[in-house]
Amino acid sequence: MSDKKAEAEQPLIDAKGLRTDGRKLDELRPIHLEVGYLSRADGSAYIEHGKNKIVAAVYGPRELHPRHLAQSDRALLRVTYRMATFSVSDRKRPAPSRREHEISMVLRQALEPLLFLKMYPRAAIDVFIMVLEADGGSRCASATVASLALADAGIPMRGLVAGCAAGKIDGKIAVDLNDIEDKIGEADIPLAMSPDRGEITLLQMDGKLTAAEFAQALSMAENGIHRIQEMQKTVLLEKYAQIRETIGDEPDVSPEDEVFEEEPAKEPAEEPEKPKKRAKRIKTEAKETKPKPTKKSTRSKTMEAQAKK
Amino acid sequence: MSIHFEQQDIVVPGQLLAEGDYHTGEGAYMEQEKVYASVIGLAKMKGKTVYVVPLKGQYVPKPRDIIIGNVVEVTLNGWLLDFHSPYPAMLPVMHALSRRDATHAKDNLRRYYDVGETVVAEIIAADRTRDPLVTTLGRGLGKVRGGVLMNIIPTRVPRLIGRKGSMINMLKSELQVDIVVGQNGIVWLKGNPARMEIAQEAIRQIEREAHTSGLTDRVRDFITAKLTEQNGEKNE
Amino acid sequence: MDIVTEIEREQILALLREGKRIDGRGFDDVRPIKIKLGHITKAEGSAEVWLGKSRVLAGVKIQVGKPFPDTPNEGVVITSSELFPIASPTFELGPPDEQSIELSRVVDRGIRHSSAINRTELCIKEGEHVYMVLLDLYILADHGNLIDAASIAGVCALKDTKLPKINIPESGEAELLEDTTPLKMGPPPLTLTFAKIGSSIIIDPNLAEEKVMDARLSIAIDGDDSIASMQKWGTSPFTRQEVIDCVERANKIVKKIRTQLP
Repeated sequence: MSDKKAEAEQPLIDAKGLRTDGRKLDELRPIHLEVGYLSRADGSAYIEHGKNKIVAAVYGPRELHPRHLAQSDRALLRVTYRMATFSVSDRKRPAPSRREHEISMVLRQALEPLLFLKMYPRAAIDVFIMVLEADGGSRCASATVASLALADAGIPMRGLVAGCAAGKIDGKIAVDLNDIEDKIGEADIPLAMSPDRGEITLLQMDGKLTAAEFAQALSMAENGIHRIQEMQKTVLLEKYAQIRETIGDEPDVSPEDEVFEEEPAKEPAEEPEKPKKRAKRIKTEAKETKPKPTKKSTRSKTMEAQAKK
Repeated sequence: MSIHFEQQDIVVPGQLLAEGDYHTGEGAYMEQEKVYASVIGLAKMKGKTVYVVPLKGQYVPKPRDIIIGNVVEVTLNGWLLDFHSPYPAMLPVMHALSRRDATHAKDNLRRYYDVGETVVAEIIAADRTRDPLVTTLGRGLGKVRGGVLMNIIPTRVPRLIGRKGSMINMLKSELQVDIVVGQNGIVWLKGNPARMEIAQEAIRQIEREAHTSGLTDRVRDFITAKLTEQNGEKNE
Repeated sequence: MDIVTEIEREQILALLREGKRIDGRGFDDVRPIKIKLGHITKAEGSAEVWLGKSRVLAGVKIQVGKPFPDTPNEGVVITSSELFPIASPTFELGPPDEQSIELSRVVDRGIRHSSAINRTELCIKEGEHVYMVLLDLYILADHGNLIDAASIAGVCALKDTKLPKINIPESGEAELLEDTTPLKMGPPPLTLTFAKIGSSIIIDPNLAEEKVMDARLSIAIDGDDSIASMQKWGTSPFTRQEVIDCVERANKIVKKIRTQLP
């Protein structure tokens, strides 16, 4: 759009050592997180990371269609990263680009190692990420927001993943590159990891760095990821803490009204037409995996219903 | 050996809960002598078992659970139910009809349960390697007609039922509304429309505040206030 | 799976027979509207709109292009939409389906045939350069009646649009400049959708009502109260009188909606 030449000559670090947006080299852009952002998803989240505005929706574990994709020993994780046409300066074509396909793949691989997929054989877990507005580091912010959405959906996972880039601008190593730093800086390293366990799950790099510079950039990004992870934890807890607070709930619980039974007493369904009578448990000698033999004498609701017809 | 949480703390995936000689229950996992949370929920310990009661998550079928499902397909030898689970449930003819009915039923199973109809069923087998099997033979099981359906977050069903059914029985007796709660988060209600509306609001409150204590009393207060309000309107 | 249960269907029909709706609204009540303008700074215009819980994000990008040969002195306004699965568990990836295409086209026709935007003002040089106003609609949550939600979001995003000034060098491509002027826009067209369920006709169906509706009629009312476009959907018929009544109702309801627009 506007003068590309002028952009290229623009200094990225000023005389005071500050970056184009006034940040220090080791400073993150402002980050805002929300969970439960989308009303129809099983889990969802929203991130503003610098000017990035990204939503993520999670569905599942749910029935997998088409069924031939099903894996007999684990759930299939599908991740789709997509950009809105108006998320960038020059309108993006609506059809998914090669870049979007590639980022979808690296994001899937960034998230998958953290999930207990074997708990849900044959099912699907779908993650949809939509960039509403893009800035530098959208794939890192996508990892952060997708991981939050998975946690919000209640998908069992070993821990959260957070993403943050680092790179080289005007000869210096800096964390969390913005759009212009990403475009005209010397190098960019998008990174996502589960920081508590020191596991790197997404790593890409383009540009030119010495091994020493790379190591420095890596620890800077890792440091950023630690801070982002703390924000993730805070926002996940916030929603529930707020509810407790508004009703003035004390965390210590009297035995009379304990929050959730150890083994929740199961309420057998009641005779719909006769609510007063408590239905008896259907007794079964059979093992859990075997179909239960039903007693002949049991007069079923179905039969009653048929008789009425 | 050390514990890093208080009973009922809300924890997030990856959070360290305990170190040392402990066992893990639902919502927790162990890695190198350390116990972590795997879901967002309430951390608890019973004996040496550390576990997390999940606040969100899909319903995973377990044998003997009572569920509510909707018929999505009528097949040659039974029905397929959608019950908001990763796996559709199979309701075979032999678990839905008496032997005598079953022999006559082959021609038209739609006469018994048709697509779009809602049934209360019990899970008889579910091991995640194949689709769960359910039965409608048994008291309280079978088709439900009329009334309304609600969906709640399945992990909060135990709270709606309460200790030995305390919560749900309170709702039913205070409001005189029929309520069937499926473990899968589908709830069926039938009764006086005005009181059913109160019941629905109360169920939403229980769902929202599932992780808090003193809930039964707050819900009872809410119902009492609403009933007084309604009676007031009638008398005016 | 999004199937309609008999229980839901019966509940909705029973209420309609008593003149009531499942969410307590009257037959001519539109759900509450909430509008947030200019959220997307990289778009030349944007609006996020809630119609009840249905939620649509609309964004406008401006380009310079060649006019269509039959209208050499007119700019171009094109609306498209995408039903990305973030908005509903029933939306699927892949090429746009019937529902998505219909949504784009109905909203597009409402805006295209309106006199709210004077297209000749979007002409830069006749036969060579015109403004292309590209309006894209992204659904964030489907709780029914996406057409009306998208229509409101679309016109609000246009209303928010800043038209960049243009530099056309002797040779080379036209360039958009930082300097902008607001896109001129008269009273906008609005699409209003009626659902026919049994013999009842209600405005702004929610998701549950949509699932059981037999037919649907969308009417775009232009800023001057004329009709800008219509679309009937569904295999059930409307009578002549029903259609006439809908137009009359739409004309009344649209005035209430206009007072809520920025």
